[in-house]
Amino acid sequence: MSKRMTAAFAALVISAGVAGAPGAASAQGVKIGLILPYTGPGAELSPQMDKAIDLYQKLNAAQIKPYKLTIIKRDSKAPNGVAAKIDTQELLTQEKVDVIAGYIYSPDAIASAPVVTAGKRLAVIMNAGTAFITNLSPLYVRTSFTLWQSSYVMGEEAAKYLHAKTAVVAYTDYPPGKDALNAFKYAFEHNGGKVIDAIPAGGPEATPDFTPFFQRAKNEHPDVLFVFVPAGDQATAVVKTYAALGMKAAGTKLIGTGDIVPDNMLQGMGDNAVGLITVHHYNADLDNPQNKAFVAAWKKAYGADSTPDFTSVGAWDGIAAIVHALHATKGKIDDGAAAVKSLEGWKFASPQGPIEIDPQTRDIVMNEYLDQVYKGSDGKLHEKVLATFHNVKDQCKALAIGPCAPKK
Amino acid sequence: MNAVAEIAGIVLGGLAAGTVLFIVSVGLSVTMGLMGFVNLAHGAFAMFGGYIIVLTMNRAQYGFPAALALGFFGTAALSVVLERFLYRRLYRAGELDQVLFTIGLIFIFIAGTTIVVGSEAQSLQLPPSLSGQLNLGIVHYRTYSIFLIVIGFLIALGIWLTFERTRIGGQIRATVDNRRMAESLGINVDRLFTITFAFGSGMAAIGGGLGAEFLGLDPQYPLAYLVYFLIAVSVGGLGSVIGVYYAALILGVLNFVLTLYMPKGGTIFIYALTILILLARPRGLSGGKEQ
Repeated sequence: MSKRMTAAFAALVISAGVAGAPGAASAQGVKIGLILPYTGPGAELSPQMDKAIDLYQKLNAAQIKPYKLTIIKRDSKAPNGVAAKIDTQELLTQEKVDVIAGYIYSPDAIASAPVVTAGKRLAVIMNAGTAFITNLSPLYVRTSFTLWQSSYVMGEEAAKYLHAKTAVVAYTDYPPGKDALNAFKYAFEHNGGKVIDAIPAGGPEATPDFTPFFQRAKNEHPDVLFVFVPAGDQATAVVKTYAALGMKAAGTKLIGTGDIVPDNMLQGMGDNAVGLITVHHYNADLDNPQNKAFVAAWKKAYGADSTPDFTSVGAWDGIAAIVHALHATKGKIDDGAAAVKSLEGWKFASPQGPIEIDPQTRDIVMNEYLDQVYKGSDGKLHEKVLATFHNVKDQCKALAIGPCAPKK
Repeated sequence: MNAVAEIAGIVLGGLAAGTVLFIVSVGLSVTMGLMGFVNLAHGAFAMFGGYIIVLTMNRAQYGFPAALALGFFGTAALSVVLERFLYRRLYRAGELDQVLFTIGLIFIFIAGTTIVVGSEAQSLQLPPSLSGQLNLGIVHYRTYSIFLIVIGFLIALGIWLTFERTRIGGQIRATVDNRRMAESLGINVDRLFTITFAFGSGMAAIGGGLGAEFLGLDPQYPLAYLVYFLIAVSVGGLGSVIGVYYAALILGVLNFVLTLYMPKGGTIFIYALTILILLARPRGLSGGKEQ
């Protein structure tokens, strides 16, 4: 009796296994492996992305049909790529997912690249911003940003808009930080400025005490202090230390990528953040119909005090890209090469404005905004757009700098 | 004028960081000196107290002094409970057992904090009177750093006077020097240890709260700064308040200067210096003759 039951059970398991195998994706179910840091220093960014993914599925149920998305989540833990690589491998070999998505930190995407290539599935990068990552695997498509996009524009505007002559750069010492430094320096110095010092300010694992780094910058009396840190806890510490050291009164303006004033942390920064000028591709106050609808739906779903930020938009656009690829390949999204092909040149009306996937680089092309923080009549902090830069491409690949140059 | 301001900025920044280190570490030094108990989980008490202080201020709108008091007594109370039920069983155990036990305790604190509060860092919202800049005549510097340096000095002075001038201080010194002799003279060493353990943990809590501005405050705190606490204690000398004060200030200033001039890896010299000091004076800066 029990033997027969075991056999029946085994048969059931086997048939279920066959049904769930790749190639059967043309049936209704599609498995998306989502790799985000649910613990560790990036843990507070993950809910911002999860919420966006849930919201997209809720609001666009009609567009997703006839497919059914199943999201399988994995924790990438510390921002060093170790766990992310194992996650990628397990999702591809054991869970047999049709698509990989996520990667908040660059080291996660860099370490996972060989596995993604071997797995032959589309992998959508929803946040990691080091420029050369998309060169590491032909299956990478990025819906987030590169640091070269924001930092390059900031470098130009530091010279043109702020009329700065000298700058000190403080950056988190890992790949996107180095990108931010190189991009800012390139653009700033091609517009007549001079970067007089570059200070590596700790790693992404822990928030350092910024006092000695900023004290050094203060002693050098630059016109601007350009800072890149990964958005999250470090951003608040940057704004706080800048204010506490009295650098504003000493004549040094704090500028950066939007990572130093992420929307979901802005209110916690208080008046210290008022007046800060940054360049980024998204802020929650952007005035376009898609963003108005997006933010309204977000607040309705998650409460008036909750705010989407650029990580949410990267995830939103990433899921939209996957849904597009799903329809374009008629459900055969597990054919990685075909899925990537279907996204080359894909255009989408995102909450951040119009975006496109560059067919040559598989990287996003989007608007960058020169933003300033101000205190609104509601007593809360907002960002206003001082200038818009349309269809900004990743300059690292356009200029073929360092590891961004195509392999010979 | 500018050079003076720059040097003052470096020294004050370093002293403030060192003061935080002192406030957290002083309890560890005394309890290690008193009982020879290797309490690596000391930083976990600092974190626990820091969370009480920061959360009561941010979420329950307590004032700064009230939050500090709550952090001190809350953490002291917790430490008494743990001391009575857990630590006490391991006083006679080997050092390896003590290390394993306290490391385990750290992981419990880390996981507990992550579950209850979350893994994000908590930031200290300073009262307006402590934020901003203070005019010191020759230089303007951040008010909070000056406040910390003064508070740290007062705490060091207070503890030193207690040690040197009061009965309980005399009992502690006697027990650190020779525990068996102290016991045979009728000093209740168990009770003495409970009191100093609670006080040391309470001080760590204050340090965790006051230092959140510099060291941050997240669940990884007890592991992230463990090495610095141990350096301050071992360089300063077990059981020595003044020794730990000097060691913490030196460590703070050195760390600040090295980070400023060599942002990448400059702190390696701190470890090298620690080894050299301990080679020359195995019992720390204040440690006298070998026993």
